[in-house]
Amino acid sequence: MSWLDKIVPSMGRIQRKDRRASVPDGLWRKCPKCEAVLYLPELEKHNSVCPKCDHHLRLTARKRLDWFLDKAGREEIAAEIEPNDRLKFRDSKKYKDRLTAAQKDTGEKDALVAMRGELDGLPVVAVAFEFTFMGGSMGAVVGEKFVRAATLALEENIPLVCFAASGGARMQEALFSLMQMAKTSAALEKLKQAGVPYISVLTDPVFGGVSASLAMLGDLNIAEPNALIGFAGPRVIEQTVRETLPEGFQRSEFLLEHGTVDMIVHRHEMRARVGSVLRKLTHHDATPVSSLSTDDTDVSEPIVEEAALADTADVTFESIEPPKKDTSSTAKSDDHTRNA
Amino acid sequence: MNPNYLDFEQPIAELQAKIEELRLVSSDSQVNLSDEISRLEEKSRKLTESIFKDLTPWQVSQLSRHPQRPYTLDYLEHIFTDFDELHGDRNFADDAALVGGIARLNDAPVMVIGHQKGRDVKEKVRRNFGMPRPEGYRKACRLMEMAERFKMPILTFIDTPGAYPGIDAEERGQSEAIAYNLAVMSRLKTPIISTVVGEGGSGGALAIGVCDELQMLQYSTYSVISPEGCASILWKSATKASDAAQAMGITAERLKELGFVDSLIKEPLGGSHRHPLTTAERVKEALTASLERLQAMDTDALLERRYKRLMSYGASAA
Repeated sequence: MSWLDKIVPSMGRIQRKDRRASVPDGLWRKCPKCEAVLYLPELEKHNSVCPKCDHHLRLTARKRLDWFLDKAGREEIAAEIEPNDRLKFRDSKKYKDRLTAAQKDTGEKDALVAMRGELDGLPVVAVAFEFTFMGGSMGAVVGEKFVRAATLALEENIPLVCFAASGGARMQEALFSLMQMAKTSAALEKLKQAGVPYISVLTDPVFGGVSASLAMLGDLNIAEPNALIGFAGPRVIEQTVRETLPEGFQRSEFLLEHGTVDMIVHRHEMRARVGSVLRKLTHHDATPVSSLSTDDTDVSEPIVEEAALADTADVTFESIEPPKKDTSSTAKSDDHTRNA
Repeated sequence: MNPNYLDFEQPIAELQAKIEELRLVSSDSQVNLSDEISRLEEKSRKLTESIFKDLTPWQVSQLSRHPQRPYTLDYLEHIFTDFDELHGDRNFADDAALVGGIARLNDAPVMVIGHQKGRDVKEKVRRNFGMPRPEGYRKACRLMEMAERFKMPILTFIDTPGAYPGIDAEERGQSEAIAYNLAVMSRLKTPIISTVVGEGGSGGALAIGVCDELQMLQYSTYSVISPEGCASILWKSATKASDAAQAMGITAERLKELGFVDSLIKEPLGGSHRHPLTTAERVKEALTASLERLQAMDTDALLERRYKRLMSYGASAA
């Protein structure tokens, strides 16, 4: 054995140890599309949109609502509802154990988070699916929470916005899950009859029972770029028709072309765009209800306290304080200019 | 093996073959075998009874897909009179996997809509094995809205493996077509009765299944996914379909216990395909009774009841 062989394993050990010490777990993430390794805090500043290839990574339900709603005046809806294993379902694992594990992993009780809040001062009810909770699948709790959110929107006559990300109905709740499709659709029909706007935002991915009910019933259906959306999954279709699927099949762009969605909106533009649509549908003025005027500041407004804004109306953002999101506000302004 | 019998029915098939043989012999010769034949027939009946007494959910699932089971058009022929089939969604095409039209039940006009499977290979392909495309659901929606305008109750017959998972179906918005029906059916101002006569396959079934009363034939099934599909996802093996069928509780009996089903219609011994006419008669009785109950209500009460019924699904979880 040469001196090099002796020394190399120990060097390896040191290096591994060093890496572990200096790079804490979960500080980096690989973009699933372009495979660029991204620094997590940087990624979060960009609302989890890959700065390299513009791929929209999945967001947790809470992050989604946190980014979408104004900071002030939020109130969670039906947070207390817990799932219940009525069928005592058991496959390779017990459903009860799967639920406990999912609750521990995500910190959520089930796969939907619902909040009443404001979008640039306009009161809205917003709900978001938690995809990491059993694939965002819809069971009794998701259906019930959705209906309570929709009912609140109806009673208060304020718009409902849903961010869907789901594999479909939850198999472990069998027919109870299937019936949530009818239940949520019936609640949405009440909104439609009453003229309360409902916007369905489709994010990656939306399939099965969620796609074939609440997600397709928006007054506007909006998709994030490149999201995979459909009724049957691509694998099932491939097995059924026994031919390869066309390029871009079931992607947002495919849905736009076939008339399923009204528009594809970049995540950085989503707040402004949904706000602008809702202000038209509810006959509000074009400017955001909150005091700020330009679109750019409007986009990044929620991270600043309203009181602080009032005091420092003329001060630029950088000087107010939040290093947290000011790069993203720059990014947004860039996007605006690009698109304009 | 006799293809008209399922694997768990093979002992019955063997006995029936023996009886047929004896019949042939007795018609050919002068020997009187009628005693022996009736003895065997009695034995066959007892055997059938004992086999059908304790069917597993998976066996029920196989029965619900039996190739000789009566389909929607068979019920239309035996239960209703004066049927005019109506075609097309007015936008794209007519879908043969879903049929519908106006007919009379006990002389009163009704709208009948149902999935339709085919009997022979050519017909099966034409009917796409009872799996509708979006135009099928849009036709159903058109007919249901028409029923509302002309104050006709809507009677739907459910028997589908599911909505068609194909490229063209996705292109034309399969999800939207189903979702739209769910929303519309929740508010139609006319009674809706759904009867599951075979397979109730997921969203493809529910898209004509939002109703005021749900009836199920004894050996029909209704589930969120097929037992095979569930098994291949959760057990990672399609051979566990019988476990999946058990776990999901897909049979009429179990769903009645769980509160989804209003009336369970008993099938004749051996299943509805052995005695289609008796089955049709029983379905007719159940439909007539159900319709009488629903037509006694005024429209507002009916709609409120339907909405509450929809909201009650899984609400006790809350």
